[in-house]
Amino acid sequence: MLIDWFTVGAQTLNFLILVWLMKRFLYKPILHAIDAREKRIAAEIANADAKKAEADKARDEFQHKNEEFDQQRAALLSKATDEANAVRQQLLADAQQAADALSAKRQESLRADAHNLNQAIGRRTQQEVFAIARKALSDLATTSLEERLGEVFTRRLREMDGATKASLAEALKTTSDPAVVRSAFDLPTEQRAAIQNAINETFSVESRVRFVTEPDLIGGIELAANGQKVAWSIADYLASLQKGVEELLKEKDKPETKPKPGSPST
Amino acid sequence: MRLSPDEMIFWQHGVLKLNATIVFTWGLMLLLAIGSKLITHRLSKGLLRSRWQNLLEIVVSGIEKQIEEIGLSPPRKYLGFLGTLFLFVASASLCTVIPGFEPPTGSLSTTAALALCVFVAVPLFGIEELGLGGYLKSYMEPTFIMLPFNIISEISRTLALAIRLFGNMMSGAMIIGILLTITPFIFPIVMTVLGLLTGMVQAYIFSILAAVYIAAATRVRKPESEPEAEPSK
Repeated sequence: MLIDWFTVGAQTLNFLILVWLMKRFLYKPILHAIDAREKRIAAEIANADAKKAEADKARDEFQHKNEEFDQQRAALLSKATDEANAVRQQLLADAQQAADALSAKRQESLRADAHNLNQAIGRRTQQEVFAIARKALSDLATTSLEERLGEVFTRRLREMDGATKASLAEALKTTSDPAVVRSAFDLPTEQRAAIQNAINETFSVESRVRFVTEPDLIGGIELAANGQKVAWSIADYLASLQKGVEELLKEKDKPETKPKPGSPST
Repeated sequence: MRLSPDEMIFWQHGVLKLNATIVFTWGLMLLLAIGSKLITHRLSKGLLRSRWQNLLEIVVSGIEKQIEEIGLSPPRKYLGFLGTLFLFVASASLCTVIPGFEPPTGSLSTTAALALCVFVAVPLFGIEELGLGGYLKSYMEPTFIMLPFNIISEISRTLALAIRLFGNMMSGAMIIGILLTITPFIFPIVMTVLGLLTGMVQAYIFSILAAVYIAAATRVRKPESEPEAEPSK
């Protein structure tokens, strides 16, 4: 018989004892150690997670603060830029204003200078022309300048056009006052007679003539009767010359215009 | 020719006797208990641990994992019984490399004792899990006609458990013994290696089958709880 029942019983007992021994010495301590380790690892992981969460929070906080700082900085920078721009605009406007005022003042001063120069030139020209004309006439003729003036005046009276002549004749006829002949100098008697004669011939009236000396005329003779007037004087020529000179100066005052592109140049 | 270490009797007094099976079993028990005690004497609970502790942790957690995979839950409740079954059979096979050692599992008495333990443990665990009524009802699943077949199955599988382990262990020792007389060199070593593999496989099969029987007894509600085909070797 292969089965020995005593041995079977003994082995059963042995096996049960072995189960107890193994439980006591093997499974319990080993499982305990494994559990303790797992617990410890879990605790460490939880700790690490907590630390990570803390670090994340700190990082988020830091980032938030950083962003706030950046925003503040950007706001300050923008504000400073705006202020600087405003100040710049103000300064530019002030400078522009000052420059405009200066320019206007300078232009005014230039205009005044030109005006003064103009007047001086006019005066000087009058004097010069008068002197030159006087000199030239006295050099050229045997008679004096006054004689020549009287001759010219009488010639002009005779050569007067019809309408003027008629109105002046009408004036001489209607007035009771004597006609006035103004001259810049005292006319000699022959001259006076010649003028009287010319008036009588021209207007076909017997009119009395009163001779008056007026140095303002510079050089010339003027006939006035009842509001009508016929005159010839160097002052007229000088006024015409002065006008021409003034126009010339005005043209010079104007800013130079740019020549058109492509326009032929002389 | 000696088929079983039971026949090697050292001391006898009436019914009481001390044969090689019991003596070698005691030796194994001492080896396992003292070895465990020595290794678990100073256990490290930290991350650094000795290689022996590592080995035991691998073995224990491996057994635990296997039990869990079969579907027994919680596995630690069954670890003491099933783990000890595996460790005893496996260490008995491993120790065959020691000259003069006769594996106690090569005795039909030992395997019968282990099978009887399984035979008793299965209803105990089943009653604990389902209650007496629930467990007894599981014999009439799916119909009451199956009652005798279930009982026959219960007894026959216990018998098969005992005979399977005995046959394998005994034959291994026998083959080596016979080969030693025929070809004393090399070939017996190869057969010893094969015997080691067979022993490990048998230890695995024995404990897994026990786990499956217990699982079947504790999970009666599922219709396919009873394994139809038993792996045979």
